[in-house]
Amino acid sequence: MIIRDPGCAPFGASSPVDRLATPRPPVRLDRLERPVARVVVDVMLKPEILDPQGKAVLGAMGRLGFSGVEAVRQGKRFEIEVDGDVTPEVFSELERAAGTLLANPVIEDYAIHVE
Amino acid sequence: MRVGVVTFPGSLDDRDAARAVRLAGGEAVSLWHGDADLRGVDAVVLPGGFSYGDYLRCGAIARFAPVMGELVEAAHRGLPVLGVCNGFQILCESHLLPGALIRNDHRKFVCRDQRLRVDSTSTVWTSEFAPGEEITIVLKNGEGGYVADERTLDELEGEGRVVVRYLDGNPNGSHRDIAGVTNARGNVVGLMPHPEHCVEPLTSPSTDGLRFFTSVLARVAATP
Repeated sequence: MIIRDPGCAPFGASSPVDRLATPRPPVRLDRLERPVARVVVDVMLKPEILDPQGKAVLGAMGRLGFSGVEAVRQGKRFEIEVDGDVTPEVFSELERAAGTLLANPVIEDYAIHVE
Repeated sequence: MRVGVVTFPGSLDDRDAARAVRLAGGEAVSLWHGDADLRGVDAVVLPGGFSYGDYLRCGAIARFAPVMGELVEAAHRGLPVLGVCNGFQILCESHLLPGALIRNDHRKFVCRDQRLRVDSTSTVWTSEFAPGEEITIVLKNGEGGYVADERTLDELEGEGRVVVRYLDGNPNGSHRDIAGVTNARGNVVGLMPHPEHCVEPLTSPSTDGLRFFTSVLARVAATP
């Protein structure tokens, strides 16, 4: 974990807001001390599906004076750590998990990649 | 006549559902989410509540509970299944019913006595209603907006598979005022309003909910 100078951080170095601002390295190492591979699945509601949560966020943006924001849509990000290398077999198995469990294809789209 | 009521972690209305089954004249059988066993019941109710804390999506984790594997197979063979509120969400996540339930368009939890029109009386759960009959059933949900693509909605309406529709205003943004739908065979019904809460005059605005349960009991009794 990168620790920034607390003096620079508006919310203190340990606040979630500050931590999200810096790219996070994998936190775990495997038995051979290699970083644990991470597969990321991003899930978004399909464009035609109403997103009341995104609308609530948009409303709050306006009230807080963040100008120029026209639309907000809220999604989900899953960070999946796997034991060993992300082989094509592992990747396709996780893609299956994304399409059956993590996302509901009736209302959501997903994208999957290795980080 | 034995009607199973499934309890998931976070189910709320399983007791009321069992009580409704008994008041309708049936025997209520408790089913546990962790047992892949329907105990030979003649029909199953998936009750309302917040199974698995509504984590991920409402009903998304309950769909993979051990009891659901056998339930989905039995439903495909014709077993009557009623999903109320969270149960409706589980049926959609299981793909036993088309579409999905999303957060209410106005973003508030809704809790009220809801007027409904019964649009389909050919399902095993609504055969004791008159076609077009207007009833009152309590509604309580945060994620009750029924959505499906236009083709699916046209198909549901064309095949008479919209079971109940909201009257006097749409409470949650559901497409085409849909409050409940059925599968092609008419044995699986899901709806957001709660018939199991409307079975006794002391505690509900009507006893209209009772007929969902007497309907299925009559159907099961008539099946050889």
